[in-house]
Formats: sequence, C-alpha cells, structure tokens
Amino acid sequence: MRNLTALLAGAVFGAGLLVSGMTDTSKVQGWLDIFGAWDPTLAFVLGGAIIPMALAWRYAKTHCTAALGTPIPEMAPQKLDRNLLAGSALFGAGWALVGLCPGPALASLSYGGWQGALFLAAMLAGMALKPRLPLLRGQQA
Amino acid sequence: MTGIPADWLWGLAGGLMIGCAAALFLLINGRIMGASGLVGGLVDGTGRSNAIERLAFIAGLIAAPALLALALRPETNATSSPAILIAGGLLVGLGTRMANGCTSGHGVCGISRLSLRGIGATLAYLAAGAATMLIARHMLGLI
Repeated sequence: MRNLTALLAGAVFGAGLLVSGMTDTSKVQGWLDIFGAWDPTLAFVLGGAIIPMALAWRYAKTHCTAALGTPIPEMAPQKLDRNLLAGSALFGAGWALVGLCPGPALASLSYGGWQGALFLAAMLAGMALKPRLPLLRGQQA
Repeated sequence: MTGIPADWLWGLAGGLMIGCAAALFLLINGRIMGASGLVGGLVDGTGRSNAIERLAFIAGLIAAPALLALALRPETNATSSPAILIAGGLLVGLGTRMANGCTSGHGVCGISRLSLRGIGATLAYLAAGAATMLIARHMLGLI
C-alpha cells in the first residue's frame, strides 16, 4: 500500500513539475537571473507548493502518525550549521549553472535527452562522493 | 485574467500539485518529500530500510512526466556543454547531501512548517544561485 501511495505522490510531483514549467531550465535560470531578464514564475511555483503543505503540517500537528502508521517526522534541531549553509551554497551554484535541481533532474530522464541524463549521472556521483570526503565526515548535516 | 502572464498561472497550478504531492506523502506515508534525500539515501545506502518506497516514488516521478511529455512536448533548453552539465550535477549532488535537502525538502517542506533550517538553506541556495548567474552569465558569459 505505501509503495502505491509513494508512486502516486511521485507521479503528482512529476506532473506538477511539468505543468509548472520548471522542466524548462531557462525559466529556472531566469528566476535566478535577478541582474538580468528576471523571470518570477518560480515564486508562483514555490508559493503554490507551500500552501497545501502548510495545511498538511497544521493537520499533522494534532495527529502524531500518518495514515499508514508511520510517525510524522520531528523537526530537526533548529540550528544553522556549516554543512547546511555551505552545502546549500554549492547546490545553488550548480542549480544556476544548468537550471536543474534534484526533482526535475530525475523527471528529465524521460524528456531531457542526453543533457538531462548526463546531469543526473553527475548528480548521483556527487551524492556518492559526499560520505567519502574526509573533511565532511562526522558532521551531521 | 488579463495582465497576469499565463506562465505564472501555470506555475501556480503546478506548484499546487507539487504541494499536494508533498502533503499526500506526509499525511499518508509519513515521509518528507525531498527529492535529494529520497534518491541520495539509495545512493549511499542510508535509505536501505525503505528502498522500495523510495524507488516507487522515483518511478512515479519519472513515469508521470514521461506520459505527459507525449502530449505537452516540454522544452528543456538545457545547455549542451558536457563540462557545465557535469560540474552542475556534481555541485547539486554534493551540495544537497551536505545540506540534507534541496528545493523540495528545504524549500517546500521546510518553509511550510517555518523551519529555520529550511528557510536558511533556501536563502543560501537562492543567494548562491543569483551570484553564480551574475558571475557565470554576465561576467564570464559561460551560460
């Protein structure tokens, strides 16, 4: 059952990415291009996505477990550490270079041509690299 | 609806769908819908205990756009420079695993519960993204 609902959630996420236009890397780069031809579309996507999720968190406050019995995840300790900020900065740089973040990178396997596939392969390599970098070991992200 | 560009409305509609997907995944499966975490846990083995659930999510994330793309024919406009694609992919993969989240986990799921870490991460990647655009596009002309 939970695999079926996971499939459904992934499908709605993927369809939303396509409908929102976030599969177009030039729109994502346009959003980050505040010193050039700025494109505010992504603000509508993020704003639209936050609305249902904020309602879900409100509901989750009074219900400690999800429908299938898994506990609702606790919020991580609220501190801004080095890995969070440095990692996000590296992510932002890569996001700007190509215009793909992890969700659309996965989704683009089906329509993104070789460019999407090459980006995804490099992204997976970057993910595999992280636990192998001694500098980062032992630091809880 | 005069005056509001269609792209913004499509963005809002798609955003609402993304938010509904995240809400479904939280309230039914009890999971945070973070793309980098879901796939990253499969890459480094930390997500082995619920690997099938992760794979099912990723299968849906790939299959639904694959079907829709037949009708909508999305344009990706991605660069054809292998060096930039590889550099960007490595930075996104490494960075999101260091930060333990990306646009979906920190952005959508974090901001919506007013998480300081989610908001901090989002400000950091937006600032770095804007700075990279300024340098790589307007100063160096790379992208």
